[in-house]
Amino acid sequence: MSDTALGATGLGKRFGRRGGWALRDCGFRLPAGRVCAVVGPNGAGKSTLLALAAGLLPPTEGRLTVLGTTPAAARARVGYVAQDKPLYPQLTVAETLRMGADLNPERWDAETAGRIVAAGPLDPKARIRSLSGGQRTRVALALALGKRPELLLLDEPMADLDPLARHELMGTLMAEAAQHGTTIVMSSHVVAELEDSCDHLLLVGDGRVRLAGEIDDLLAAHLRVSGPAEKAGLDAHTVVEDRVTGRQRTALIRPAGPLGDDWRAAEPTLEELVLAHLRNPQAPALTTAPAATEESAA
Amino acid sequence: MVEYRIDRHSGVATYVQIVQQTKQALRLGLLRPGDRLPTAREVVEATAINPNTVLKAYRELEREGLVEARRGLGTFVRRSLGAAPADSPLRAELEQWTARAAAAGLDRDDVAALFTAVLDKHFQGERS
Repeated sequence: MSDTALGATGLGKRFGRRGGWALRDCGFRLPAGRVCAVVGPNGAGKSTLLALAAGLLPPTEGRLTVLGTTPAAARARVGYVAQDKPLYPQLTVAETLRMGADLNPERWDAETAGRIVAAGPLDPKARIRSLSGGQRTRVALALALGKRPELLLLDEPMADLDPLARHELMGTLMAEAAQHGTTIVMSSHVVAELEDSCDHLLLVGDGRVRLAGEIDDLLAAHLRVSGPAEKAGLDAHTVVEDRVTGRQRTALIRPAGPLGDDWRAAEPTLEELVLAHLRNPQAPALTTAPAATEESAA
Repeated sequence: MVEYRIDRHSGVATYVQIVQQTKQALRLGLLRPGDRLPTAREVVEATAINPNTVLKAYRELEREGLVEARRGLGTFVRRSLGAAPADSPLRAELEQWTARAAAAGLDRDDVAALFTAVLDKHFQGERS
């Protein structure tokens, strides 16, 4: 058993020989048991990363380990829900769950899958094609959780859900993580949606990993400072963002030492941290330990 | 049993909110020695917050000697907190005072400001 759920080294994916790189030069490590938010703007490479981890796409370069092995070998232990929630439209809800049981004979947890569907509430006899987007999401999550995965990969899982269902299903996911130590990786372009549920962050921008690590560590590594516009003295630190508004200068920095006097400083919020990095693509990437210690080939 | 209410916009870290609400329940006598705190699973299922956040809060409460984790059984209250249970005479006096303040035309913020100022004066240097 590996303590690394996902490990990437020099990972890259290009679609077609002349296509652009969807992902390039990605390196990170996600320890097992974490709930990780994959955040980034549309087209940043989030879905590509999840599809690579699910073993549905081969990397163009570099290496990706999943649960200590190759993505293909880990597939039975991984649950994956794609953004478009692919299901068979002609099957009923009950038939879909029976299919899940047949496909995962060793691992299937009918009670969990049934409970998620029943909380909808969804009629077991309803055909998938008659369901709303949110109801389909519920069935897809039931299918993925019924597999009792060690790693759950969810691509924009909450996009189709109303606020009530969102809260309830997120609670179900967190309960799963609490009880079974399931590693959960979920993508979103809305940071606020994931903030309370995740303890780990992977910020992807323009095909590259911009930030990776425990959210607490990443926040602690940054300061939001403000002072008079003409004030200098940030050169010693890594400046992610620096803006002057009227007489005030505000900046987001990674402090390299003590800050000069009369800067007002506070820890940024997760949203401030993410937005500052997305607005400033030239800011250097940061991977905090222990994510930085890449595991040797498992 | 306590039920935690997480306010995402309060600016107070989520685990601190759990610590504070547990202490509040201890002060008010809603939680008493021997009571079991909800399991991490129960809390996260209801609040959709990260399980590690709950565990971090419980570790903090344990470090302060207020609760203890018993393996396989759960987390239990060891001692209560403060001397102001919900039915104490002090509370009744505060209720009366607050009613008088309201009758005198103070609104909620006025009362809170006044109360905080007096608290700060009496408990200088102590953090809440």
